[in-house]
Amino acid sequence: MHELSMAQGIVEAVEDATREARRVQPPGARPATVRAVGVRVGTLSGVAPDALLFCFDVVTRGTPLDGAALAVERVPVAIWCPTCAATLELAEAPPFRCPRCDRPSADLRRGRELELAWYELDDDVPDRVPDAGRAAVRDVAPIHPSPEDRA
Amino acid sequence: MTARIVELRQGILKKNDLAAAALRARLHAHGVFTLNLVSSPGAGKTELLTRTLQRLVARGVRVATLVGDLATDHDAARLRAAGAPVQQICTHGLCHLEADMVGAHLDGWDLADLDVLCIENVGNLVCPSSYDLGEDLRVVLLSVPEGEDKPLKYPTIFNSADVALVTKLDLATACAFDADRAAAHLQTVRPGLPTHWTSARSGEGLDRWVEFLLARREAARATRARTAAGASRDVPPGARAHDPTSLARA
Repeated sequence: MHELSMAQGIVEAVEDATREARRVQPPGARPATVRAVGVRVGTLSGVAPDALLFCFDVVTRGTPLDGAALAVERVPVAIWCPTCAATLELAEAPPFRCPRCDRPSADLRRGRELELAWYELDDDVPDRVPDAGRAAVRDVAPIHPSPEDRA
Repeated sequence: MTARIVELRQGILKKNDLAAAALRARLHAHGVFTLNLVSSPGAGKTELLTRTLQRLVARGVRVATLVGDLATDHDAARLRAAGAPVQQICTHGLCHLEADMVGAHLDGWDLADLDVLCIENVGNLVCPSSYDLGEDLRVVLLSVPEGEDKPLKYPTIFNSADVALVTKLDLATACAFDADRAAAHLQTVRPGLPTHWTSARSGEGLDRWVEFLLARREAARATRARTAAGASRDVPPGARAHDPTSLARA
């Protein structure tokens, strides 16, 4: 269901987000490259992860995101049960019933997500200014080791 | 050289979510209560809506309708017979309505003159589920000829609904329709879903449905008045009051 326009939306959002990162790069630096993009897709979101993967591959070809991997995190349905006073994950939904006490609950706390969660940026900048707004920066070990690292 | 992870937490359908939040605020600012009718093609939205509009007009409720279709304005012509303003949204192939289309088609109306806005979505049980139109009430229709297990086959949209209307009840015998099974399946995919059993032909259930609609409108108005008066309310701005997971799409 609309995985193609969603893939396009993901690409646009990542390009918007990285525009600033590319702008502050020193002259002569290798252009910032997005290596991977992470999305969270709820099982009740109406989106098929396989279709999204395929469409992302198609949409990124020939763009700066060409070759970027799409990591899809499936978010299972979780409901709030007032009897048990807890948010509980459902192995299967429907039915929307508490796995502990079997009480039906329409209070869905997780499972409808359709979210661009993170992207992995390779931008050659050792001292970074944290992105403004909602983005947070966290150093992680390289997911895609560079030729220099492997040497 | 280290690659870094940048966290975003941004809805993929952010563009529509933002447009829907703005539309909802605009409608609420004028005290308009909005319905979004969804169903498979041919489930009886237009007929049900025509009879609903007739009853609202008779009660002096100021109501207007937007109806979405890929092609033709046949539905708008039928709905106009009820005596209230109607505008056709022609999607030219898009299989669902989006918030910006709804907003653009409202520009010709003075929302201060409106109590209720009905939006008849494109007939489609899949795509409309993800597209918030700024509505207060999402109404899903299940017609008798479709069969009792339709809700199980389309859990996403039935689970997202605030009320279900079973339509074409006059065909129940001819279709060997099992109402108890249908009711059970609706509850399985959306516990507590209010359900109205209707026939546009015979008029069965229509008055009760309109009473329900008006009661929901009144409840929404009271809630907004309480919120405006400073009482705390656990509803994030721009979200439907009964959709907790819209938090995830902010």
